[in-house]
Amino acid sequence: MINLHDIMETITMIQDENLDIRTITMGISLLDCADSDIGRSCGKVYDKICRKAEKLVKTGEEIERMYGIPIVNKRVSVTPIALLLAASGGDPVEYAKTLERASQTIGVNFIGGYSALVQKGFAAGDEALIRSIPEALAVTDHLCSSVNIGSTKTGINMDAVRMMGQIVRQTAEQTAGRNCIGAAKLVVFCNAPEDNPFMAGAFHGPGEPDCVINVGVSGPGVVRAALAKLDKAADLTEVADLIKKTAFKITRMGQLVGTEASKRLGIPFGIVDLSLAPTPAVGDSVAHILEEMGLETCGCAGTTAALALLNDAVKKGGVMASSHVGGLSGAFIPVSEDAGMIAAAESGVLKLEKLEAMTAVCSVGLDMIVIPGSTTAEVISAIIADEAAIGMVNSKTTAVRVIPAIGKDVGDTLEFGGLLGSGPVMAVNPVSPAGFIHRGGRIPAPLQSLKN
Amino acid sequence: MRAVISVIGKDTVGILAKVSEKCASMNANIVDVTQTILQDMFVMIMMVDISKLNCQFAEMASSFEKLGTDLGLSIHAMHEDIFNSMHRI
Repeated sequence: MINLHDIMETITMIQDENLDIRTITMGISLLDCADSDIGRSCGKVYDKICRKAEKLVKTGEEIERMYGIPIVNKRVSVTPIALLLAASGGDPVEYAKTLERASQTIGVNFIGGYSALVQKGFAAGDEALIRSIPEALAVTDHLCSSVNIGSTKTGINMDAVRMMGQIVRQTAEQTAGRNCIGAAKLVVFCNAPEDNPFMAGAFHGPGEPDCVINVGVSGPGVVRAALAKLDKAADLTEVADLIKKTAFKITRMGQLVGTEASKRLGIPFGIVDLSLAPTPAVGDSVAHILEEMGLETCGCAGTTAALALLNDAVKKGGVMASSHVGGLSGAFIPVSEDAGMIAAAESGVLKLEKLEAMTAVCSVGLDMIVIPGSTTAEVISAIIADEAAIGMVNSKTTAVRVIPAIGKDVGDTLEFGGLLGSGPVMAVNPVSPAGFIHRGGRIPAPLQSLKN
Repeated sequence: MRAVISVIGKDTVGILAKVSEKCASMNANIVDVTQTILQDMFVMIMMVDISKLNCQFAEMASSFEKLGTDLGLSIHAMHEDIFNSMHRI
Protein backbone atom coordinates (compact mmCIF):
# COMPACT_ATOMS: atom_id res chain seq x y z
CA MET A 1 0.00 0.00 0.00
CA ILE A 2 1.18 3.51 -0.77
CA ASN A 3 1.99 5.27 2.49
CA LEU A 4 0.02 8.11 3.99
CA HIS A 5 2.84 10.60 3.63
CA ASP A 6 3.14 10.01 -0.13
CA ILE A 7 -0.61 10.33 -0.62
CA MET A 8 -0.75 13.56 1.37
CA GLU A 9 2.23 14.93 -0.55
CA THR A 10 0.53 14.38 -3.90
CA ILE A 11 -2.77 15.86 -2.69
CA THR A 12 -1.03 18.93 -1.21
CA MET A 13 0.87 19.49 -4.47
CA ILE A 14 -2.38 19.54 -6.43
CA GLN A 15 -4.63 21.34 -3.93
CA ASP A 16 -2.27 23.92 -2.43
CA GLU A 17 0.79 24.22 -4.63
CA ASN A 18 -0.81 24.59 -8.07
CA LEU A 19 0.54 21.38 -9.56
CA ASP A 20 -1.15 20.85 -12.88
CA ILE A 21 -0.63 19.52 -16.34
CA ARG A 22 -0.28 22.72 -18.30
CA THR A 23 -1.23 21.29 -21.66
CA ILE A 24 -2.01 18.25 -23.74
CA THR A 25 -1.11 19.30 -27.26
CA MET A 26 -2.04 17.18 -30.25
CA GLY A 27 0.36 17.65 -33.14
CA ILE A 28 -1.29 17.10 -36.52
CA SER A 29 0.54 16.96 -39.83
CA LEU A 30 -1.24 18.84 -42.60
CA LEU A 31 1.23 17.89 -45.33
CA ASP A 32 -1.37 15.60 -46.94
CA CYS A 33 -3.85 18.51 -47.09
CA ALA A 34 -1.77 20.58 -49.51
CA ASP A 35 -3.66 21.35 -52.71
CA SER A 36 -3.06 23.70 -55.62
CA ASP A 37 -6.47 25.26 -54.89
CA ILE A 38 -6.54 27.18 -51.61
CA GLY A 39 -10.27 26.57 -51.07
CA ARG A 40 -9.84 22.80 -51.32
CA SER A 41 -6.68 22.98 -49.19
CA CYS A 42 -8.53 24.83 -46.41
CA GLY A 43 -11.41 22.33 -46.61
CA LYS A 44 -9.03 19.40 -46.12
CA VAL A 45 -7.25 21.20 -43.26
CA TYR A 46 -10.53 21.79 -41.44
CA ASP A 47 -11.70 18.21 -41.94
CA LYS A 48 -8.43 16.63 -40.82
CA ILE A 49 -8.11 18.72 -37.64
CA CYS A 50 -11.74 18.10 -36.68
CA ARG A 51 -11.41 14.37 -37.39
CA LYS A 52 -8.16 13.84 -35.48
CA ALA A 53 -8.87 16.13 -32.52
CA GLU A 54 -12.61 15.48 -32.23
CA LYS A 55 -12.24 13.76 -28.84
CA LEU A 56 -9.20 15.64 -27.54
CA VAL A 57 -11.01 17.99 -25.15
CA LYS A 58 -13.42 15.31 -23.90
CA THR A 59 -10.56 12.85 -23.30
CA GLY A 60 -8.56 15.50 -21.46
CA GLU A 61 -11.53 16.16 -19.19
CA GLU A 62 -12.01 12.43 -18.51
CA ILE A 63 -8.38 12.07 -17.49
CA GLU A 64 -8.72 15.10 -15.21
CA ARG A 65 -11.62 13.41 -13.43
CA MET A 66 -9.87 10.05 -13.23
CA TYR A 67 -6.64 11.25 -11.65
CA GLY A 68 -7.95 14.37 -9.97
CA ILE A 69 -5.24 16.51 -11.55
CA PRO A 70 -6.17 19.66 -13.50
CA ILE A 71 -5.24 19.71 -17.19
CA VAL A 72 -5.36 23.43 -17.86
CA ASN A 73 -5.16 23.52 -21.64
CA LYS A 74 -6.01 21.28 -24.54
CA ARG A 75 -4.34 22.50 -27.69
CA VAL A 76 -3.53 21.59 -31.27
CA SER A 77 -0.36 22.30 -33.20
CA VAL A 78 -0.16 21.89 -36.96
CA THR A 79 2.39 21.79 -39.78
CA PRO A 80 3.80 25.28 -40.50
CA ILE A 81 1.16 26.81 -42.75
CA ALA A 82 3.83 28.35 -45.01
CA LEU A 83 4.43 24.80 -46.35
CA LEU A 84 0.80 24.52 -47.45
CA LEU A 85 0.80 28.04 -48.81
CA ALA A 86 3.77 27.11 -51.00
CA ALA A 87 1.53 24.66 -52.85
CA SER A 88 -1.74 26.58 -52.87
CA GLY A 89 -0.77 30.25 -53.14
CA GLY A 90 -3.63 32.69 -52.49
CA ASP A 91 -4.43 34.76 -49.39
CA PRO A 92 -2.79 33.16 -46.31
CA VAL A 93 -5.42 34.68 -44.01
CA GLU A 94 -7.87 32.08 -45.41
CA TYR A 95 -5.81 29.46 -43.57
CA ALA A 96 -5.89 31.56 -40.39
CA LYS A 97 -9.68 31.73 -40.52
CA THR A 98 -9.90 27.99 -41.23
CA LEU A 99 -7.70 27.15 -38.23
CA GLU A 100 -9.74 29.48 -36.02
CA ARG A 101 -12.98 27.82 -37.17
CA ALA A 102 -11.51 24.34 -36.50
CA SER A 103 -10.31 25.37 -33.03
CA GLN A 104 -13.82 26.55 -32.16
CA THR A 105 -15.42 23.36 -33.46
CA ILE A 106 -13.20 21.07 -31.37
CA GLY A 107 -13.13 23.46 -28.38
CA VAL A 108 -9.36 23.79 -27.84
CA ASN A 109 -7.81 26.77 -26.03
CA PHE A 110 -5.22 27.53 -28.70
CA ILE A 111 -4.13 26.31 -32.11
CA GLY A 112 -0.51 26.89 -33.17
CA GLY A 113 1.28 26.57 -36.46
CA TYR A 114 0.64 29.77 -38.39
CA SER A 115 4.37 29.53 -38.89
CA ALA A 116 7.28 29.72 -41.28
CA LEU A 117 10.79 28.26 -41.00
CA VAL A 118 13.11 30.73 -42.68
CA GLN A 119 16.42 30.26 -40.85
CA LYS A 120 18.34 30.19 -44.13
CA GLY A 121 16.06 32.00 -46.53
CA PHE A 122 12.54 32.39 -47.88
CA ALA A 123 10.95 29.63 -49.98
CA ALA A 124 7.63 29.94 -51.79
CA GLY A 125 4.89 30.92 -49.34
CA ASP A 126 7.19 32.01 -46.50
CA GLU A 127 7.28 35.73 -47.16
CA ALA A 128 3.56 35.98 -47.93
CA LEU A 129 2.74 34.15 -44.72
CA ILE A 130 4.99 36.37 -42.60
CA ARG A 131 3.50 39.54 -44.12
CA SER A 132 0.00 38.27 -43.32
CA ILE A 133 0.69 37.61 -39.61
CA PRO A 134 -0.59 40.99 -38.29
CA GLU A 135 -3.94 40.57 -40.07
CA ALA A 136 -4.19 36.84 -39.25
CA LEU A 137 -3.73 37.48 -35.52
CA ALA A 138 -6.12 40.45 -35.60
CA VAL A 139 -9.02 38.49 -37.12
CA THR A 140 -8.63 35.39 -34.92
CA ASP A 141 -8.73 34.69 -31.17
CA HIS A 142 -7.19 31.24 -30.73
CA LEU A 143 -4.51 31.22 -33.41
CA CYS A 144 -0.80 31.39 -32.51
CA SER A 145 2.03 32.20 -34.84
CA SER A 146 5.79 31.63 -34.84
CA VAL A 147 8.70 32.22 -37.17
CA ASN A 148 12.10 30.53 -36.92
CA ILE A 149 14.74 32.98 -38.09
CA GLY A 150 17.97 31.25 -37.11
CA SER A 151 19.69 28.08 -35.97
CA THR A 152 23.10 26.89 -34.83
CA LYS A 153 23.51 24.93 -38.06
CA THR A 154 22.47 27.69 -40.46
CA GLY A 155 23.21 31.02 -38.76
CA ILE A 156 20.72 33.89 -38.61
CA ASN A 157 18.63 35.14 -41.51
CA MET A 158 18.91 38.89 -40.91
CA ASP A 159 16.46 39.73 -43.72
CA ALA A 160 13.85 37.80 -41.74
CA VAL A 161 14.96 39.50 -38.52
CA ARG A 162 14.48 42.92 -40.12
CA MET A 163 11.05 41.91 -41.34
CA MET A 164 9.98 40.47 -37.98
CA GLY A 165 10.69 43.76 -36.17
CA GLN A 166 8.12 45.40 -38.43
CA ILE A 167 5.69 42.49 -38.15
CA VAL A 168 5.76 42.49 -34.33
CA ARG A 169 5.00 46.23 -34.32
CA GLN A 170 2.23 45.95 -36.93
CA THR A 171 0.67 43.03 -35.04
CA ALA A 172 0.53 45.14 -31.87
CA GLU A 173 -0.85 48.13 -33.81
CA GLN A 174 -3.61 46.08 -35.45
CA THR A 175 -4.76 44.82 -32.05
CA ALA A 176 -4.11 48.08 -30.16
CA GLY A 177 -7.79 48.21 -29.14
CA ARG A 178 -7.46 44.80 -27.45
CA ASN A 179 -4.34 45.47 -25.32
CA CYS A 180 -2.08 44.61 -28.28
CA ILE A 181 -2.95 40.95 -27.67
CA GLY A 182 -1.85 39.94 -31.18
CA ALA A 183 1.82 40.36 -30.28
CA ALA A 184 1.36 38.02 -27.29
CA LYS A 185 0.49 35.26 -29.76
CA LEU A 186 3.57 35.71 -31.93
CA VAL A 187 7.00 34.22 -31.19
CA VAL A 188 10.25 34.67 -33.10
CA PHE A 189 12.54 31.67 -32.60
CA CYS A 190 16.13 30.61 -33.03
CA ASN A 191 16.57 26.79 -32.94
CA ALA A 192 12.79 26.23 -32.69
CA PRO A 193 11.90 22.72 -31.45
CA GLU A 194 9.51 20.77 -33.70
CA ASP A 195 7.63 19.06 -30.87
CA ASN A 196 6.98 21.94 -28.48
CA PRO A 197 3.55 21.67 -26.81
CA PHE A 198 3.64 25.21 -25.35
CA MET A 199 2.04 28.23 -26.98
CA ALA A 200 2.54 30.58 -28.63
CA GLY A 201 5.46 28.77 -30.25
CA ALA A 202 3.94 25.31 -30.85
CA PHE A 203 3.98 23.93 -34.38
CA HIS A 204 4.13 20.40 -35.73
CA GLY A 205 7.50 20.06 -37.43
CA PRO A 206 7.89 18.44 -40.86
CA GLY A 207 9.96 15.64 -39.27
CA GLU A 208 7.14 14.60 -36.93
CA PRO A 209 4.72 11.68 -37.46
CA ASP A 210 1.20 12.16 -38.83
CA CYS A 211 -0.36 12.71 -35.43
CA VAL A 212 1.16 12.74 -31.95
CA ILE A 213 0.35 13.66 -28.34
CA ASN A 214 2.79 15.91 -26.48
CA VAL A 215 2.42 16.97 -22.86
CA GLY A 216 3.69 20.03 -21.03
CA VAL A 217 3.90 19.93 -17.23
CA SER A 218 4.00 22.80 -14.79
CA GLY A 219 4.72 23.19 -11.10
CA PRO A 220 6.84 26.17 -10.00
CA GLY A 221 4.69 26.30 -6.85
CA VAL A 222 5.66 22.74 -5.92
CA VAL A 223 9.38 23.47 -6.29
CA ARG A 224 9.09 26.67 -4.25
CA ALA A 225 7.15 24.92 -1.49
CA ALA A 226 9.75 22.14 -1.34
CA LEU A 227 12.57 24.70 -1.08
CA ALA A 228 10.71 26.62 1.61
CA LYS A 229 10.76 23.49 3.80
CA LEU A 230 14.52 23.03 3.28
CA ASP A 231 16.87 24.18 6.03
CA LYS A 232 18.00 27.75 5.28
CA ALA A 233 21.60 26.71 5.92
CA ALA A 234 21.46 23.90 3.33
CA ASP A 235 24.10 24.34 0.64
CA LEU A 236 23.39 24.59 -3.10
CA THR A 237 24.17 20.91 -3.73
CA GLU A 238 21.25 20.08 -1.45
CA VAL A 239 19.12 22.70 -3.19
CA ALA A 240 19.89 21.15 -6.60
CA ASP A 241 19.15 17.64 -5.31
CA LEU A 242 15.81 18.71 -3.88
CA ILE A 243 14.81 20.39 -7.15
CA LYS A 244 15.76 17.23 -9.06
CA LYS A 245 13.61 15.04 -6.83
CA THR A 246 10.67 17.42 -7.11
CA ALA A 247 11.03 17.74 -10.89
CA PHE A 248 11.04 13.94 -11.11
CA LYS A 249 7.67 13.74 -9.35
CA ILE A 250 6.15 16.53 -11.43
CA THR A 251 7.32 14.95 -14.67
CA ARG A 252 5.92 11.54 -13.70
CA MET A 253 2.49 13.16 -13.76
CA GLY A 254 3.11 14.34 -17.32
CA GLN A 255 4.25 10.89 -18.36
CA LEU A 256 1.17 9.27 -16.79
CA VAL A 257 -1.28 11.71 -18.36
CA GLY A 258 0.45 11.54 -21.76
CA THR A 259 0.45 7.75 -21.79
CA GLU A 260 -3.20 7.61 -20.80
CA ALA A 261 -4.25 10.24 -23.37
CA SER A 262 -2.32 8.43 -26.07
CA LYS A 263 -4.00 5.11 -25.18
CA ARG A 264 -7.50 6.56 -25.10
CA LEU A 265 -7.13 8.51 -28.33
CA GLY A 266 -5.21 5.76 -30.16
CA ILE A 267 -2.49 8.22 -31.12
CA PRO A 268 1.23 7.73 -30.40
CA PHE A 269 2.73 9.52 -27.40
CA GLY A 270 5.45 11.95 -28.40
CA ILE A 271 7.24 13.75 -25.59
CA VAL A 272 6.92 15.31 -22.17
CA ASP A 273 8.14 18.90 -22.07
CA LEU A 274 9.85 19.17 -18.66
CA SER A 275 8.99 22.73 -18.00
CA LEU A 276 8.42 24.93 -15.01
CA ALA A 277 5.74 27.14 -16.51
CA PRO A 278 4.54 29.88 -14.16
CA THR A 279 1.09 31.45 -14.02
CA PRO A 280 0.10 34.81 -12.53
CA ALA A 281 -1.55 32.92 -9.63
CA VAL A 282 -0.06 33.48 -6.18
CA GLY A 283 2.47 30.74 -5.37
CA ASP A 284 3.07 29.68 -8.99
CA SER A 285 6.08 31.80 -9.83
CA VAL A 286 9.58 30.94 -11.08
CA ALA A 287 10.90 34.25 -9.71
CA HIS A 288 9.77 33.20 -6.24
CA ILE A 289 11.81 29.97 -6.53
CA LEU A 290 14.93 32.06 -7.21
CA GLU A 291 14.04 34.28 -4.25
CA GLU A 292 13.50 31.19 -2.07
CA MET A 293 17.09 30.21 -2.92
CA GLY A 294 18.23 33.40 -1.21
CA LEU A 295 17.98 36.30 -3.66
CA GLU A 296 16.30 39.39 -2.23
CA THR A 297 14.49 40.12 -5.49
CA CYS A 298 14.65 38.37 -8.85
CA GLY A 299 16.87 40.47 -11.12
CA CYS A 300 19.60 41.22 -8.58
CA ALA A 301 23.18 39.97 -9.08
CA GLY A 302 23.18 36.19 -8.73
CA THR A 303 19.91 35.70 -10.61
CA THR A 304 21.57 34.18 -13.68
CA ALA A 305 23.51 31.67 -11.55
CA ALA A 306 20.42 30.70 -9.55
CA LEU A 307 18.41 30.25 -12.74
CA ALA A 308 21.18 28.14 -14.30
CA LEU A 309 21.08 25.82 -11.27
CA LEU A 310 17.29 25.62 -11.40
CA ASN A 311 17.12 24.96 -15.14
CA ASP A 312 19.73 22.23 -15.05
CA ALA A 313 18.24 20.49 -12.00
CA VAL A 314 14.76 20.49 -13.56
CA LYS A 315 16.13 18.73 -16.64
CA LYS A 316 18.18 16.21 -14.67
CA GLY A 317 15.23 15.31 -12.47
CA GLY A 318 12.77 15.16 -15.33
CA VAL A 319 14.79 13.13 -17.81
CA MET A 320 14.58 9.91 -15.83
CA ALA A 321 10.88 10.35 -15.15
CA SER A 322 9.89 10.23 -18.78
CA SER A 323 10.58 7.88 -21.67
CA HIS A 324 10.89 10.71 -24.20
CA VAL A 325 11.70 14.29 -23.37
CA GLY A 326 11.48 17.16 -25.81
CA GLY A 327 10.00 20.57 -26.52
CA LEU A 328 11.48 23.49 -24.64
CA SER A 329 12.18 21.66 -21.35
CA GLY A 330 13.44 23.97 -18.62
CA ALA A 331 12.36 26.98 -16.58
CA PHE A 332 10.25 29.60 -18.34
CA ILE A 333 10.64 33.26 -17.48
CA PRO A 334 7.62 35.00 -19.06
CA VAL A 335 7.41 38.34 -17.25
CA SER A 336 3.67 39.04 -17.49
CA GLU A 337 2.74 35.45 -16.54
CA ASP A 338 4.76 35.34 -13.33
CA ALA A 339 3.70 37.24 -10.19
CA GLY A 340 7.29 37.44 -8.91
CA MET A 341 8.67 38.70 -12.23
CA ILE A 342 5.91 41.33 -12.46
CA ALA A 343 6.74 42.59 -8.96
CA ALA A 344 10.49 42.59 -9.70
CA ALA A 345 9.97 44.50 -12.97
CA GLU A 346 7.62 47.00 -11.32
CA SER A 347 10.14 47.68 -8.55
CA GLY A 348 12.80 48.34 -11.18
CA VAL A 349 15.12 45.54 -10.00
CA LEU A 350 14.48 43.33 -13.03
CA LYS A 351 15.52 45.00 -16.26
CA LEU A 352 15.50 43.93 -19.89
CA GLU A 353 19.29 43.54 -19.96
CA LYS A 354 19.21 41.16 -16.98
CA LEU A 355 16.42 39.18 -18.59
CA GLU A 356 18.56 38.84 -21.70
CA ALA A 357 21.42 37.42 -19.62
CA MET A 358 18.97 35.02 -17.94
CA THR A 359 17.84 33.71 -21.32
CA ALA A 360 21.34 32.33 -21.91
CA VAL A 361 20.69 29.76 -19.17
CA CYS A 362 16.89 29.29 -19.14
CA SER A 363 14.80 27.24 -21.51
CA VAL A 364 13.40 29.89 -23.83
CA GLY A 365 14.01 33.60 -24.12
CA LEU A 366 12.62 37.09 -23.77
CA ASP A 367 9.05 36.10 -23.11
CA MET A 368 5.92 38.19 -22.57
CA ILE A 369 7.79 41.44 -22.08
CA VAL A 370 5.83 44.65 -22.57
CA ILE A 371 7.90 47.40 -24.17
CA PRO A 372 7.07 51.07 -24.83
CA GLY A 373 4.76 51.74 -27.80
CA SER A 374 7.33 54.14 -29.20
CA THR A 375 9.94 51.37 -29.69
CA THR A 376 10.96 51.34 -33.36
CA ALA A 377 10.81 48.28 -35.61
CA GLU A 378 14.62 48.42 -35.90
CA VAL A 379 15.08 48.20 -32.12
CA ILE A 380 12.68 45.23 -31.97
CA SER A 381 14.64 43.57 -34.81
CA ALA A 382 17.88 44.19 -32.94
CA ILE A 383 16.44 42.65 -29.74
CA ILE A 384 15.47 39.62 -31.84
CA ALA A 385 18.97 39.48 -33.37
CA ASP A 386 20.66 39.64 -29.94
CA GLU A 387 18.46 36.88 -28.59
CA ALA A 388 18.93 34.70 -31.67
CA ALA A 389 22.69 35.14 -31.38
CA ILE A 390 22.59 33.80 -27.80
CA GLY A 391 20.65 30.76 -29.01
CA MET A 392 22.78 30.21 -32.08
CA VAL A 393 26.11 30.34 -30.27
CA ASN A 394 24.96 28.27 -27.28
CA SER A 395 23.10 25.63 -29.33
CA LYS A 396 19.86 26.26 -27.49
CA THR A 397 16.39 27.48 -28.25
CA THR A 398 15.84 31.17 -27.73
CA ALA A 399 12.78 33.19 -28.57
CA VAL A 400 11.40 36.69 -28.46
CA ARG A 401 7.82 37.48 -27.56
CA VAL A 402 7.70 41.22 -26.84
CA ILE A 403 4.53 43.27 -26.86
CA PRO A 404 4.87 46.90 -27.95
CA ALA A 405 2.21 48.67 -25.86
CA ILE A 406 0.86 51.08 -28.44
CA GLY A 407 0.21 54.50 -26.88
CA LYS A 408 1.79 53.51 -23.55
CA ASP A 409 5.15 54.14 -21.93
CA VAL A 410 7.26 53.11 -18.93
CA GLY A 411 5.10 53.31 -15.79
CA ASP A 412 1.96 52.02 -17.56
CA THR A 413 0.67 48.44 -17.45
CA LEU A 414 -0.89 46.23 -20.08
CA GLU A 415 -3.59 43.78 -18.88
CA PHE A 416 -4.12 40.60 -20.88
CA GLY A 417 -6.08 38.57 -18.34
CA GLY A 418 -6.10 34.81 -17.82
CA LEU A 419 -2.85 32.87 -18.09
CA LEU A 420 -1.20 35.71 -20.03
CA GLY A 421 -1.43 37.96 -16.96
CA SER A 422 -0.45 41.61 -16.99
CA GLY A 423 2.86 43.32 -17.56
CA PRO A 424 4.43 46.64 -16.64
CA VAL A 425 5.95 48.48 -19.62
CA MET A 426 9.72 47.94 -19.33
CA ALA A 427 12.34 50.41 -20.48
CA VAL A 428 14.16 49.65 -23.74
CA ASN A 429 17.44 51.23 -24.81
CA PRO A 430 16.20 53.52 -27.62
CA VAL A 431 19.58 54.18 -29.30
CA SER A 432 19.26 53.24 -32.98
CA PRO A 433 20.74 50.02 -34.41
CA ALA A 434 19.09 50.85 -37.78
CA GLY A 435 22.29 50.78 -39.86
CA PHE A 436 23.13 47.26 -38.68
CA ILE A 437 19.59 45.94 -39.15
CA HIS A 438 19.13 47.43 -42.64
CA ARG A 439 22.22 45.67 -43.96
CA GLY A 440 20.24 42.42 -44.11
CA GLY A 441 21.95 39.26 -45.33
CA ARG A 442 22.90 36.39 -43.05
CA ILE A 443 25.02 36.00 -39.94
CA PRO A 444 27.11 32.89 -40.69
CA ALA A 445 26.72 29.76 -38.56
CA PRO A 446 29.16 29.63 -35.64
CA LEU A 447 32.08 27.25 -35.21
CA GLN A 448 31.28 24.12 -33.26
CA SER A 449 34.83 23.74 -32.01
CA LEU A 450 37.35 26.13 -30.36
CA LYS A 451 34.71 26.74 -27.68
CA ASN A 452 35.96 29.36 -25.29
CA MET B 1 -8.15 -1.37 -10.35
CA ARG B 2 -8.03 0.58 -7.13
CA ALA B 3 -8.67 4.15 -6.08
CA VAL B 4 -7.65 6.24 -3.09
CA ILE B 5 -10.30 8.20 -1.24
CA SER B 6 -8.85 10.94 0.91
CA VAL B 7 -10.85 12.77 3.57
CA ILE B 8 -9.35 15.85 5.20
CA GLY B 9 -11.05 18.20 7.65
CA LYS B 10 -12.45 18.67 11.11
CA ASP B 11 -13.26 15.44 12.94
CA THR B 12 -16.99 14.81 13.45
CA VAL B 13 -19.23 11.85 14.27
CA GLY B 14 -20.07 9.53 11.40
CA ILE B 15 -17.51 10.47 8.71
CA LEU B 16 -16.39 6.88 8.22
CA ALA B 17 -20.01 5.67 8.13
CA LYS B 18 -21.04 8.17 5.48
CA VAL B 19 -18.03 7.54 3.27
CA SER B 20 -18.39 3.74 3.52
CA GLU B 21 -22.12 3.96 2.84
CA LYS B 22 -21.35 5.87 -0.36
CA CYS B 23 -18.74 3.26 -1.33
CA ALA B 24 -21.26 0.46 -0.83
CA SER B 25 -23.91 2.24 -2.89
CA MET B 26 -21.47 2.34 -5.83
CA ASN B 27 -20.21 -1.19 -5.26
CA ALA B 28 -16.68 -0.07 -4.38
CA ASN B 29 -15.04 -2.59 -2.05
CA ILE B 30 -13.02 -1.07 0.82
CA VAL B 31 -9.67 -2.87 1.10
CA ASP B 32 -7.83 -0.72 3.59
CA VAL B 33 -8.42 2.30 5.85
CA THR B 34 -5.90 4.44 7.74
CA GLN B 35 -6.70 7.49 9.76
CA THR B 36 -4.64 9.92 11.74
CA ILE B 37 -4.47 13.50 12.98
CA LEU B 38 -2.06 15.66 10.98
CA GLN B 39 -1.53 19.27 12.07
CA ASP B 40 -4.88 19.29 13.96
CA MET B 41 -6.70 17.95 10.91
CA PHE B 42 -8.50 14.64 10.67
CA VAL B 43 -7.01 12.69 7.76
CA MET B 44 -8.47 9.44 6.50
CA ILE B 45 -7.16 7.50 3.53
CA MET B 46 -9.27 4.69 2.16
CA MET B 47 -8.12 2.26 -0.48
CA VAL B 48 -11.04 0.87 -2.50
CA ASP B 49 -11.34 -1.72 -5.24
CA ILE B 50 -13.20 -0.14 -8.15
CA SER B 51 -13.13 -2.99 -10.64
CA LYS B 52 -16.80 -3.85 -10.04
CA LEU B 53 -18.06 -0.29 -9.79
CA ASN B 54 -21.70 0.13 -10.86
CA CYS B 55 -21.04 3.59 -12.32
CA GLN B 56 -18.29 5.48 -14.15
CA PHE B 57 -15.26 6.42 -12.04
CA ALA B 58 -15.76 10.08 -12.96
CA GLU B 59 -19.25 9.87 -11.48
CA MET B 60 -17.85 8.38 -8.27
CA ALA B 61 -15.22 11.15 -8.04
CA SER B 62 -17.80 13.91 -8.40
CA SER B 63 -20.20 12.26 -5.97
CA PHE B 64 -17.47 12.16 -3.29
CA GLU B 65 -16.63 15.77 -3.98
CA LYS B 66 -20.28 16.63 -3.41
CA LEU B 67 -20.36 14.60 -0.18
CA GLY B 68 -17.29 16.58 0.94
CA THR B 69 -19.05 19.89 0.28
CA ASP B 70 -22.13 18.69 2.19
CA LEU B 71 -20.07 17.61 5.21
CA GLY B 72 -17.69 20.59 5.15
CA LEU B 73 -14.70 18.31 4.44
CA SER B 74 -12.32 17.92 1.56
CA ILE B 75 -13.01 14.50 0.02
CA HIS B 76 -11.31 13.32 -3.15
CA ALA B 77 -11.41 10.02 -4.98
CA MET B 78 -8.36 9.58 -7.21
CA HIS B 79 -7.11 6.65 -9.25
CA GLU B 80 -4.29 4.73 -7.58
CA ASP B 81 -2.02 5.13 -10.63
CA ILE B 82 -1.32 8.80 -9.92
CA PHE B 83 0.28 7.92 -6.57
CA ASN B 84 2.11 4.89 -7.92
CA SER B 85 3.61 6.82 -10.79
CA MET B 86 4.71 9.71 -8.60
CA HIS B 87 6.20 7.72 -5.74
CA ARG B 88 7.38 4.44 -7.30
CA ILE B 89 10.10 3.99 -9.87
